Amino acid sequence: MAAMPSPISTDDVAHVARLARLSLQPDELERFTEQLAAVLAHAADVEALDTAGVPPTAHPLPLVNVLRDDVEVPSLDRAEVLASAPEVEDDRFSVPRILGEAP
Amino acid sequence: MTAQALSAAVRSGERRAVDVLEEHLTRIAAREGDIHAFNLVTGDLARGQAGAVDAAVAEGRDPGPLAGVPVALKDNLCTRGVATTCSSRILEGWVPPYDATVVTRLAEAGAVFVGKTNLDEFAMGSSTENSAFGPTRNPRDLSRVPGGSSGGSAAAVAAGFAALSLGSDTGGSIRQPASLCGVVGAKPTYGVVSRYGLVAFASSLDQIGPFAATVGDAALLLDVISGPDPADSTSLRQPAPSASAGLGRGVEGIRVGLVSELAGAEGVAPDVAARLREAAEALSAAGAKVDEVSVPAVIYGLSAYYLIAPAEASSNLARYDGVRYGRRERGEDITDMYVRTRSAGFGAEVKRRIMLGTYALSAGYYDAYYGKAQQVRTLIIRDFDEAYRNFDVLLSPTSPGTAFPLGAKTADPLSMYLNDVCTIPSNLAGHPAISVPFGTGADGLPVGVQVLAPALGETVMFQVAEALESRAPAAPAEEERS
Repeated sequence: MAAMPSPISTDDVAHVARLARLSLQPDELERFTEQLAAVLAHAADVEALDTAGVPPTAHPLPLVNVLRDDVEVPSLDRAEVLASAPEVEDDRFSVPRILGEAP
Repeated sequence: MTAQALSAAVRSGERRAVDVLEEHLTRIAAREGDIHAFNLVTGDLARGQAGAVDAAVAEGRDPGPLAGVPVALKDNLCTRGVATTCSSRILEGWVPPYDATVVTRLAEAGAVFVGKTNLDEFAMGSSTENSAFGPTRNPRDLSRVPGGSSGGSAAAVAAGFAALSLGSDTGGSIRQPASLCGVVGAKPTYGVVSRYGLVAFASSLDQIGPFAATVGDAALLLDVISGPDPADSTSLRQPAPSASAGLGRGVEGIRVGLVSELAGAEGVAPDVAARLREAAEALSAAGAKVDEVSVPAVIYGLSAYYLIAPAEASSNLARYDGVRYGRRERGEDITDMYVRTRSAGFGAEVKRRIMLGTYALSAGYYDAYYGKAQQVRTLIIRDFDEAYRNFDVLLSPTSPGTAFPLGAKTADPLSMYLNDVCTIPSNLAGHPAISVPFGTGADGLPVGVQVLAPALGETVMFQVAEALESRAPAAPAEEERS
């Protein structure tokens, strides 16, 4: 079992924020780093537990591949769904440019 | 008047649903400005539903077991045509195109929806102070929090705004506010209630459950909403256990285990510990066999939870990207749009949990954090299984303390998380648990005692909860209910 990593740094938090598509102000970055470090330090107490050979539990129910009968059922009303979308074009969700200018 | 009595009176024609509703709307008008239990009061919708219930009774049709009962819904339950915000700016402008299964079942049972209740943003919190629309206050003392995340639903029942309400419980979000507001709140076995239409926080932990003023009313509400649902692949295929079947049975011979590790958990206040001992003595006096039991791994529950729940949340909340619903902030390109939308739309606690979860799942840390937490989850389930070989139910505090002042814990997230130490193990195991009011603390505010049961043990759990309720010290004086 891997040992608990060293305390989380501002660089780690900035990296994680990028992965999560969040932009943080410098003061937020500092505050979140302290707060996340405190939570992770508390979480480190699980290190004391011997978990060698213990299988992980991802879910409380032993359900696998729940299927339903292959019959048509009504889906959501398209107009009603699109009515709550930020931007719509030709009955589709519209988004800004996906590809940047060629370098 | 209990929800059971209200429904009976409406079904028999003794009372009109529209009159019952107006009494509740009058109480809302008088005190909602101070309490802020609701994000939205749906008076017109409710009047239409109440009128339909009365029409059914007049025509000799049975409107159902919740006929004319005013119910409040946590604002993370989807309601078709009625805004659902999760108390987040990121869902601004979103109107769900479908009803949650629980909402459909309540409507079919004759319930009347009085409003959508306030919560910690996306159900992340223990005080309802993380709402983008401002905090809810505890009806028992307006300077105190109602608990969270379902603080609005707990406050709505405690204030008599609704006879019943629904909340969701991922780590204690029904039971802790029930305890702090002096009402009954239950988290069912995972899979007993359909999650279809519940906005996801941590999918392997989330369950919808009832708030009520009495154990009997909570059983009535749970029995209406539980049962298999083809729209939720994690709903159990078998019929749900009956909560009401546990009522009126007494506890003679029931084996009750007082969980040593939770009774003495980090931060449990002396007055809460005293009420718990008295509750155990009361059950013993009623004929139950009460003994202490050790469930060693539960003390690691909090640590495991604050890795697992944020990990699942970081994945679930990736869907809020400004494309299909809710808020969008304009950006240079699509990635910039995502970042601006999410940074402006999410509050601080939600960002904290997304980052904690992303970190716990990221390369190099997965085994040490998320993987280890999942193994701890297995150990907790094993230790519970061992305890349930000798006991029918377990007993613990619900919350380590009574309702705390607004602002007391907002600067220190870890101190807020510690509120959930006694409630989290049941979520990790997928087991049911219920909080029952049992006297008050040194400050005169309500204390809750938690009854835990094994998976699908709702019947015996409600049996013991009712016995506790009937032997609880008299509740502090509060305003009269109808």
